[in-house]
Amino acid sequence: MKAERLNPALDRITRVRGVRGAMVVSADDGLVVADALMEGIRGNAVAALAGSLAARLGRAAAVTDAGGQRFVHLAAEGGALLLLAGSEGLLIVAVTDHHVNVGLARLEMQRAAEEIA
Amino acid sequence: MKARVIEPWLMAPLERFVRECGARLTLIMTPSGQVLAQYGFTRAVEVMSAAALGAGIAASTAEIVKMLDEPDFRVLNHQSPHHGIFLGRFATGRGPLLALAVYGADTSIGLVQLFFEDLVADLEAAAPVVAPRGPVLAADFERDLNESLATLFR
Repeated sequence: MKAERLNPALDRITRVRGVRGAMVVSADDGLVVADALMEGIRGNAVAALAGSLAARLGRAAAVTDAGGQRFVHLAAEGGALLLLAGSEGLLIVAVTDHHVNVGLARLEMQRAAEEIA
Repeated sequence: MKARVIEPWLMAPLERFVRECGARLTLIMTPSGQVLAQYGFTRAVEVMSAAALGAGIAASTAEIVKMLDEPDFRVLNHQSPHHGIFLGRFATGRGPLLALAVYGADTSIGLVQLFFEDLVADLEAAAPVVAPRGPVLAADFERDLNESLATLFR
């Protein structure tokens, strides 16, 4: 992992319209590795719950023979949570409002995952 | 498996913590190792051992923290291949308390830490304020310990 590339990579995700914050999370631990979040977003809570969600969905994918999960889009009433599996057990996480262009956000998340690998 | 508590105000926060974070074993105790609540333990001897070891670890960690000129010991986490052990210290109206949680691979340290923060807030809100206690006599300590264990495994 290239630590010095974490923050610039996250900054690029947050420049996508509708993204309220981006994080790199240790998937197994549910801990924040790096974040760029708007005020009011509880980074530790998002990291813990995103790690737990990814683990549970990963198990669901495994029992359906769907293979390893790559991207999760959780749409809620007020926004969305996007998860992308990175290398070395890391998750790229984006917290968005409901106006976000998910495709563009996903593209930037994918780029971030490649940059920090 | 049911939570057991010495004082009723501990029950709801403990049950919520265990339910939310998925801890397998949990103790809430005073820094001297007096157990106030437990979840998941089946034998009194396990509770006594875990409480004594947890209190000892908290005390020695607090001394190391003092040597580093840090304000206070707050949380300590040990990660094994199959289990994690989380030890947190916090203040309530009832005085300082320790929470010891053992968790498995079905949850994470992030979740345990997150819901530990909620546990602390819940306990702070629920704790009755009591006057500081005098020195603990050996005879009283043994009687209190036996009464607590009897309650926890009733």
